[in-house]
Amino acid sequence: MFGDMHMFKTFVAAAGVAALFASAAPAADISGAGATFPAPVYAKWAEMYKASTGVGLNYQAIGSGGGIKQIKAKTVDFGASDKPLKPEDLNAAGLFQFPTVVGGVVPVVNVPGIAAGQLKLSGPALAAIFYGQIKTWNDPVIAQLNPGLKLPEMPITVVHRSDGSGTSFLFTSYLSMKSKGWADKVGASDSVNWPVGLGGKGNDGVAAFVKQTQGSIGYVEYAYAKQNHAAFVLIQNKTGKFPQPEAQNFAAAAAGARWATAPGNYLLLLDQPGANAWPITGATFILVYKDQANPESGAQVLKFYDWAYKNGDAAAASLDYVPLPLAVKNLIRKQWVANVKAGGKPVYEAK
Amino acid sequence: MNRATRRKATNTIFVGLCAFATLIALGALVLILWSLVVNGIGGIDAHIFTMDQPAPGSPGGLRNGIVGSLMMCGMGMLIAVVVGILAGTWLAEYGGQTPYGHAVRFLNDVLLSAPSILVGLFVYELLVKPFHGFSGYAGAVALALLAAPIVTRTTEDMLTLQPNTLREAGMALGAGRGFVIRSIIWKAAGAGLLTGALLGFARISGETAPLLFTSLGNQFFNANLTQPMASLPTTIFQFALSAYDDWRRLAWVGALLIAVAVLAVNTIGRFVARETHRS
Amino acid sequence: MVLPFRREWAMDSATIDNAVAIRPVRSQNPAAETIFRGLCFFAATLLLAALAGVVVSLAIGGWPAFRQFGFGFLTSSEWNPVTEVYGAAGPIVGTIITSILALGFALPLALGISIFLVEFCPHRISRPIAIAVELLAGIPSIVYGMWGLFVLAPWFATHIQMPIMMGTDPNSFWGKLFYGIPNGANIFTASLILAIMILPYMAAVFRELLLTIPAQVREAAYGLGSTSFEVMRQVMLPYVRRGTVGVIMLGLGRALGETMAVTFIIGNAHGFPHSLFDSGSTIASTIANEFAEATSEMHTSALVALGLVLFLLTFAVLATARALLAGQKN
Repeated sequence: MFGDMHMFKTFVAAAGVAALFASAAPAADISGAGATFPAPVYAKWAEMYKASTGVGLNYQAIGSGGGIKQIKAKTVDFGASDKPLKPEDLNAAGLFQFPTVVGGVVPVVNVPGIAAGQLKLSGPALAAIFYGQIKTWNDPVIAQLNPGLKLPEMPITVVHRSDGSGTSFLFTSYLSMKSKGWADKVGASDSVNWPVGLGGKGNDGVAAFVKQTQGSIGYVEYAYAKQNHAAFVLIQNKTGKFPQPEAQNFAAAAAGARWATAPGNYLLLLDQPGANAWPITGATFILVYKDQANPESGAQVLKFYDWAYKNGDAAAASLDYVPLPLAVKNLIRKQWVANVKAGGKPVYEAK
Repeated sequence: MNRATRRKATNTIFVGLCAFATLIALGALVLILWSLVVNGIGGIDAHIFTMDQPAPGSPGGLRNGIVGSLMMCGMGMLIAVVVGILAGTWLAEYGGQTPYGHAVRFLNDVLLSAPSILVGLFVYELLVKPFHGFSGYAGAVALALLAAPIVTRTTEDMLTLQPNTLREAGMALGAGRGFVIRSIIWKAAGAGLLTGALLGFARISGETAPLLFTSLGNQFFNANLTQPMASLPTTIFQFALSAYDDWRRLAWVGALLIAVAVLAVNTIGRFVARETHRS
Repeated sequence: MVLPFRREWAMDSATIDNAVAIRPVRSQNPAAETIFRGLCFFAATLLLAALAGVVVSLAIGGWPAFRQFGFGFLTSSEWNPVTEVYGAAGPIVGTIITSILALGFALPLALGISIFLVEFCPHRISRPIAIAVELLAGIPSIVYGMWGLFVLAPWFATHIQMPIMMGTDPNSFWGKLFYGIPNGANIFTASLILAIMILPYMAAVFRELLLTIPAQVREAAYGLGSTSFEVMRQVMLPYVRRGTVGVIMLGLGRALGETMAVTFIIGNAHGFPHSLFDSGSTIASTIANEFAEATSEMHTSALVALGLVLFLLTFAVLATARALLAGQKN
């Protein structure tokens, strides 16, 4: 059964089968990788784009860190990151970054007797809770913000992310802004040394733990809070108001932001001015090389996002993402001409 | 209690414990399969096999993931089984007791425990970065590296257990060493070798992390191994942790498909082995 | 024609030493022999090279972290990506505890299952049950993770953790051992999931080992009037002892490196677990959690260094296990 001839024949057959499969089939024309947060909307846009132009864009969510690594290794045409790179890092790597879509982070709770949108917290109070300074729900600080709400004498269980994520980065950046103690002792990053609480994997993990544990508080992306009908918390914004975590209020935060003066588009939409601005908002970014080795693929990437800016708003909104305001989009289009070039000439000019 | 009764009692307790252990395993299986079936069966229809991965809210299926997994697992298993059986044979029959053999065996066991993400990273450095592109070949190699140690380990164990009388008989008839191994020992240990291969396949059928760094994944259909390819585990991973109900349902369907595939391969594999032995 | 004498062929049988061919046969083609042996050797070396390659790439990737933190990397439990201070002690301890617990649960179960299937189970249903047990190996690990998070954890919290918390004094020994937030996400439940995951591999291989025992050996023992228990204990288990080592290695290997299933349910706290029901982390879960998003060089390097530590840990565990078992051999 295992004579030499038989083995040889099996090898040849296997090689033949492999060759059959390896025969050329049209592959995606553009490839990108990175942030998990925008993956669903990029997938939707890519589907629509292929139907309308025939060009395939393959985007895979391997994480912001992965996206940055891969664009630096030139294994993909563009990278994507929830965390914007600082201007010095951009320049060191020769990259240009621009935002595509906006989302928000929403704290959620599981406290008996408290429904969605009832509990109000301020930024500093939120930081104190996640730091472990405020330990029970009926703490005077919380009570003061919620007159008339019956708060039980229950210990607070903090739930945070165990995996690195842009959501954590936004959330901890906000806490750092609002609490010097947090900024000094914990800081802001996709993954931090959380002082208290337990870690859930992914937005799902956090949502599940919050659901299972009475007296708990966690934070999730807006899409998860909406889809799971979670008991969300209202956070006080810069003007002192408590806006609802809704698409229009994330857009309000993005509209008020000053992109034109942010070098390298490094801008976190935290605590933005505006009566309706949701305080924990952030954009997600695309990374491309300033100097394109292959002008054709560079043009394809920018063409895709130009198309998405023009035609993708409704699709993004249907998936609980927030499109950029038109003024910001036009600014980005101008930036493409000025920044993304091959041999000195811009690779793509939006009409 | 006299000795005979005590021995009998011990025996009964022993049998009971063994049966209990089996019940626990079966119970766990039923519970997990139940979750799989309850969540996944509702989503199975023809679209799963005819349409590719959709964006949330659009109709679609798992075709590109299924084809990609078949191709990469198939190629990975081919490499793993060839390398694994040959390596296991060398350990059992030729150089297993030499210092080099001890080193190979020991390091094979270490490779067994390698977190798959690190193996994926290694293959990335080897086959993706230098070529500036993700590919199905890299994915297949990563999977092969994960399955091969299982096949090697099992092969060596099974072959060592074959009685020497078999080898002596073959050689006494004048057959060469290699011929004895191929035509007698391998045949005798056939069922065990098959188990090793099936376990290797079961392992890699659900692996996600190494594929993310090697084959990347692909939203569209692609049967070209030199380009990024989709696979069921990566699709499941992306969809399961999302916020959208249709994506999550597809994730459960994909998981159910993998479990069914492993069951099918196991059953068919053993059936074929039994038939071949009979003839 | 005389077969050339080779030292390696001298197993424990004198007959092979003096093997003399009667007449040349087609099956004795020396070229084919060399080629086959060469292929086998090449395959073994390929595996070795692959492992060496993995270790080398880990060492290169992890070197910056080792250079920065030195030996303290292994003893410090502080893991702070913001201040870029990394210490692997927490994940190391978590890996060791979960693997030992998982092996402790899985080994007796695997032995029991395979013995049951080989000795006591009615023949007709033993094959389907064997396939069913192997099916456990085919369930993707992410499903284990999700099942653990959504099904096992809440059940464990309500039916095991709460009653224990109610029934024990928090300051007593048992209270301290079982202290933990009652949400079912801790190193104990992670070990349970791990045990279910490694169980099918061990049971399947062990069953094959038992099936290889020649019928005469078993029948001889039964013929002497032994009970099944005695036959198993005194004849069959010793016969497959060497293979049992392999089974344990297989299970231990899977337990040490398993990622997805553990990540969902272990609670992922970076410090030392303080009790059996406390959150913890393992090396594999930490790498899986943070690698995708790690942007800074030092963070990535620390994670790769963690991977290298896992390899070293496996080296140490396997070497110790071998030494112990070699000592037992008579």
